[in-house]
Amino acid sequence: MNAHDEDRIKELLKSALPPVEPGAEPSRDLWPAVLRCLDARIAPTRAASASSLSLPWFDWALIAGLVLFAASFPATIPVFLYYL
Amino acid sequence: MPDPSSNVLDQFRQGDIGAFELLFRKHRRAVYGWILRIVRDHAAAEDLTVESFWRIHCAHARFQPARPFEPWARRIATRAALDWLRARRPEGALTERVMADLPSVPAGNPGVAAEIRLKTAQAFARLPPRLRIAAVLSVVEEQPHKEVATALGISVTAAKLRVFRALRLLRKDLQQQGITP
Repeated sequence: MNAHDEDRIKELLKSALPPVEPGAEPSRDLWPAVLRCLDARIAPTRAASASSLSLPWFDWALIAGLVLFAASFPATIPVFLYYL
Repeated sequence: MPDPSSNVLDQFRQGDIGAFELLFRKHRRAVYGWILRIVRDHAAAEDLTVESFWRIHCAHARFQPARPFEPWARRIATRAALDWLRARRPEGALTERVMADLPSVPAGNPGVAAEIRLKTAQAFARLPPRLRIAAVLSVVEEQPHKEVATALGISVTAAKLRVFRALRLLRKDLQQQGITP
């Protein structure tokens, strides 16, 4: 493609897609939409990170069982610690 | 005396929502205009402006306050627009309705037939999005190559090459349709 062809195709492209006016601006205030977007996307992330800290019920049951066992038989605590 | 704008940029970097809103109010028009130049659709440009500012907010910790905000924001906006163009079918882009709705300065050459203009727009819409962005910004919007390259995150030479490849592919497509530029 020579320079003449390039100029012609540029001219054709400019005719097909006229440039946008420099002063174009949104038809509405977009800030509320940005805030909604932040709320919608950040809240689930926070909730997910909070829920990752919570333990399933059987973990709690296991912990409770261990505490109960340790309270009932305190002499076994050093044995447990040795094997940890 | 400290520069208030650099203070705002520092606060933004720390995740301050008030500073983010100030930056949004200051730059929203520029970001919207930049996106509109790429996607050429009002509704999409508004949605993508929101999406871009969401991405800007997410990336606040990576922002370097010593550098200007607008080119950085423009780069993020360009990425959002590119993702949008990639997700869209080319046939749906740049229809007559979209072209008619767009606020634009008068076309350079009114002598070019409407049918040829439409076919050119359709052929242009079939180009790969990354070539399309480079061409529309450089050729149609007459943005400096350096600015286009910065927005695309590539070198000036690579930006020029993309424009050249876009024009070559466009010419080939038009020739296949029997239009000799």
